[in-house]
Parts: sequence; structure tokens; C-alpha cells
Amino acid sequence: MSDETGAAAGTEAGATAPGTERRVRVVLVDDHRMFRTGVQAEIGRTEITGVEVVGEAADVDQAVTVINATRPEVVLLDVHLPGGGGVEVLRRCASLMAAAEDPVRFLALSVSDAAEDVIGVIRGGARGYVTKTITGTDLVDSIFRVQEGDAVFSPRLAGFVLDAFASTDAPPVDEDMDRLTQREREVLRLIARGYAYKEIAKQLYISVKTVESHVSAVLRKLQLSNRHELTRWATARRLV
Amino acid sequence: MSAAARVTETDEPPVRRLYRSADGRWLGGVARGLAGHLGLPVVWVRALFVALFFTEGLGVLLYAVFWIVVPLGVGGRAAPRPVFEITPDGRRRLRKPDKGQVFALIALVIGSVALIGKVNVDNESGRYIWPLLLIAVGVVLVWRQADNARRASWTESGRRRRTFQLVRGLVGVALVGTGLAVFLVVRGSIAQLGTALTAAVAVLTGIALLAGPWLVRMSQDLTEERTMRIRAQERAEVAAHVHDSVLHTLTLIQRNADDAGEVRRLARAQERELRNWLYKPEGTGRDEEEPATLAEAVKKAAAEVEDMHGVPLEVVVVGDCPLDEKLTAQMQAAREAMVNAAKYGGEGGAVQVFAEVEGRMVFVSVRDRGPGFDLDAVPEDRMGVRESIIGRMQRNGGSARLRSVPGGGTEVELEMERADG
Repeated sequence: MSDETGAAAGTEAGATAPGTERRVRVVLVDDHRMFRTGVQAEIGRTEITGVEVVGEAADVDQAVTVINATRPEVVLLDVHLPGGGGVEVLRRCASLMAAAEDPVRFLALSVSDAAEDVIGVIRGGARGYVTKTITGTDLVDSIFRVQEGDAVFSPRLAGFVLDAFASTDAPPVDEDMDRLTQREREVLRLIARGYAYKEIAKQLYISVKTVESHVSAVLRKLQLSNRHELTRWATARRLV
Repeated sequence: MSAAARVTETDEPPVRRLYRSADGRWLGGVARGLAGHLGLPVVWVRALFVALFFTEGLGVLLYAVFWIVVPLGVGGRAAPRPVFEITPDGRRRLRKPDKGQVFALIALVIGSVALIGKVNVDNESGRYIWPLLLIAVGVVLVWRQADNARRASWTESGRRRRTFQLVRGLVGVALVGTGLAVFLVVRGSIAQLGTALTAAVAVLTGIALLAGPWLVRMSQDLTEERTMRIRAQERAEVAAHVHDSVLHTLTLIQRNADDAGEVRRLARAQERELRNWLYKPEGTGRDEEEPATLAEAVKKAAAEVEDMHGVPLEVVVVGDCPLDEKLTAQMQAAREAMVNAAKYGGEGGAVQVFAEVEGRMVFVSVRDRGPGFDLDAVPEDRMGVRESIIGRMQRNGGSARLRSVPGGGTEVELEMERADG
């Protein structure tokens, strides 16, 4: 075992990951073959990055089949797909996401940064959202974070979420569960300002773990938050 | 010279073709069409028809023949100029609905009263008058409807009143049906009314059953054709946009392939434009006018700085509000901060711009991941940060903070209260 890690570290990427043993199996869902090939080339160098692409799919039906067959840990999911889009994939894989053992986690990877797309897949159960302009290193990092059960918020996604939860009128009492706490709001705001988790932790004098748990809580609230409120938000922006 | 002019004037009439007028008509547009064609005031033609009506109903017959034979056009109103020049006032006054139509209505009422008085309902021929009248009115309604449908296909103006037109057509059909039924009934006894009506309904139903599928099919075909046309138009629009901007940019990129900075700048500008065009709810993404709201202003400033300095700026805006004087000052300060960040901190990656409207407070932060700098170390004569950012914010009642971020980089925070909620 130590031989293996030594070899991996020795090749050229000693700096990539502290624990080189960590491996993650990934399925790529995107209808552009060129893009899949590109991502595969950039992150699928298993020896270096620890990411192993075990399957690819170009539409919703294929995606569901491949995901069921390979049971990956993380699915990189495009938002716009023939056959119903990423949301449809999430809907049909709901049981896999909820599985007690080895749940499949989804990370949305899209060229679109339109609010309705972003909020749509996050509400559908995706654990994070990154745009295609992301660098390979950051993408690998995001994949590992999602695999560990953490949520990945890009600054833009944080902005959308803040927007979605910001309502100027007084909240009804029974909807308190859906609201963000002051701390969660602060964390989101810092993410929107482009801070990394480590920087946020320093800024707020809390641990990185606490930051992570705040972010996860926000994600959960977003996925659970009542329809009514998000509908109002979407309507206000003429998204529906 | 004047002779030549007169010749062309007199040559004009043969060119005019006889149309029924679609504009300013009362019934079928026959009278107005004829008036336009002959160069007479409409009132004369109408009076002639009415007069002819009393000579054994010849006027009605003539009118009907004209209606059926003469195509609908724009003859009456758009008549050649000489007509207008001869009696400009008279025609113009006529076109106003008030006088002419009131007069016509009175004439109609008088005529009807005279007719009713003249017809002896009891005698044999009189019994056919009412059903015939019903049928006539129904036919007129339906024919007029057909004209309207035709006209709507030129002007595409009929869509709004579609239900009205449908109702009108149905009323016409119902009148004709009733007229026919009564016509049948008066020849027999009143007891046969029910039977006759049933028969009429049965015939109508039969016709509907026979023609129905064909009609449905035709309307479906029409809808499909329209959808296809709209789709084709959309595709053409997308193609045009892609051609205009994307292909153009790609060509420029090929030409500047050696200049990495220029290529990046072109690609980013194009990406932003295309994104705007594709994902903006309103869709156009082309308005380059003065921004009216905070979000627009931030995005515009960032786009300009991005283009100017070739450094990507990532913009996140939460909430929005209209711009006021104080916020405009804040935007200028923010822009200055963006320029600084792009200039001095651009190597560290994208510059992050965050703007938030929360209640009455507007907060903007601009941060880079460059080497950072110490405000105190900046020479006194360099006014950029001190005047354009901090000074400007303070003069307008806001505050600006410059700080170095843990892990490198600089962040400028601008806070301002809105002038009016």
C-alpha cells in the first residue's frame, strides 16, 4: 500500500492530494462528447487525481442506466440534457441518492448560470453546482468534497441562494424552519464574495468543519424549503 | 404642361378596378366601392340603392349580385386623388360615423316601418316575407363574416375579436336555419314546427359530421404550419446572432492566435454576450443604454473593466434596487475599485465582485487575490484609492474600507444607505 502511494506521489503529482489513496468513481453525464472527452482528459488521470471515470452518458435514459449499472460515488451532471434535463435524472435516481449505503451524489456541472437552472438541480438533490469554466484542479477538489458529503457552493450559487431566501416581508411563524440563520447567511455571503472555506473559517473564528456544516445545512434547507416561497422568488424574477 | 397633366388625370380612371371597399363600409362595401370607382359621393350611390329597393326590390338583388361577384379590395377609401380634390369636405365629413350613420339608421327605420305597413301579413305572399327576411339577414351576416376572415388574413388584425366573429357567424347560421324552418312551417300547420326544426337540426348536424373532421384537420394543419414558421423564424434569429457575433469573434481569435491576452479578452467578451443573450429572461441582451438599477450598473461596470484590462471579473448580485444619486456615486467608487483590482491583483485569478441590497443598505465588495498593498505605503500624491474610492464614499454619506484578506489579496468594501426606500 505504501508502495502504491509512493509511486503515485513520485510520478509528478506529489502535491495534488495529501492522501493519495483516496479514490472516487465518477460518471460523466453531458450531451457534448467533446466536453466529456475534455473533462475525462483533465480529471480522469486516476493515478494523479484519484478520479476514475467509470461511465459516460449523453442523455437522460443513458444516464439512469449507466448510473444504476456502475453505482458511482459522484455523478457530474449537466443541466441541459436531451430527454428532460438534469432534473429528470435526479428525479429518477432519487432512491440511489437516499440509499443508506454508498449513496450516489450529484454535482451539477453546467455552462448555464441562469438562476432557474441552478436552483432547479439543487432543489432536485444535487450536492453542488459548478460552471464549466472551473479549472481542473478545482473540479477535482469539488468532486472529493461532494463525495465526502459536503456541499459545493460556487460564489454565484451562493448569490442565488441568498436571493432565494431573502424576502423583505416578515416571515410567517411556522416557516421558521426554512429560514437561514444569521451565521449561515454570513457564511453564504462570504462564499459569494469569493472566499474559500479556510478563509471563511479564519474570518469568522470558527473551524472549517463548522463552515462545512453550515453550508450543508443551507443546502438541506434549500432542498426542503417550502415550494411557496421559492415559487414567489421565481415569479418575482419572471422565471416562471 | 398643364394639358399633359390633365391627360394623365383622365387616364387615371381606367387603371382603377372595381373593388368592394373593406374600409368604411356599412354592409358589403358595394356602395363605397362603386362610389370610389365612379368618383361619386357614397351618399348618392347609397341613395340609388335604397331607391331601387322600392322598385320591386331590384336594389337588393343588384346589391347581392355585386357583393357576390366583385372581390373585396381597398377601392373605396384609397380611391384616386381627383375624387378627393373635387369634394374633399363632403367625403371627409361622411367618413365620420356620427352623421352618416345616424342618417342611415333613421332611413332604415322609416323604410322598415313603410315595408311592414305595406305588407299584409294575412295574405298568401305576406306569410313568406318574414322567413325570407330572416334568411336574408342570416346570409348577410355570414357573408360579411367571410369577408372579415379574408380581410383578417391580409391585415392579421382579426385575432383579437375572434370570439366575436364566431358568435356572429353562428348567429347568421341560426337565423338562416330558423328562417328555413319557419318557411317550411308556414306552408303546413304550426304543429309541424317541432318536426321541421328537428329536421333542420338533423340536416345541420349531418353537415357538421361530414365537414367536421375535414375542418378540424384543416385547422390543425394551419396551426402546425404556423408553429413551423415560428420555429423557422427563431432558428433564423439564432443563426443570425451566432453568425454576427460568434463567428466574427472566432475569426478574430484565429487572427490573433499569438496574442494570448487578446484571445482571452475576445473569448470572454463573446461568452458574456452570448450568455446574456441566451439566459436573460427578456432575451435581447443588446441594450447598451444607461443602467437603471444597481444590478445592471454593477454588471455593466464589471463588463467594461473586464474588456479593458483582460482580467475576468466574477459578479454576484443579491437583490436589486433602482439607482439614486448616492448609489451612482457608490457605483463610481466600485468601478474604481474594480479597475484597481484588475490592474494590480489580476494575476491572482478572477476578481470577485459582490453586491447586495439588504433593506436600505447597499453593500459592494471587490476583492482580488493579488499581492495586496498597504494604504499607508501609498504615496500622498496618488489619489486613486483615497479620493476616488474612500473620499467619494464619505462625501456621499457612505463608508469604504480597505483590507487585506487572510491568504493574500485585497478587498474593498463599500457601504451606502439608499436615499429613499
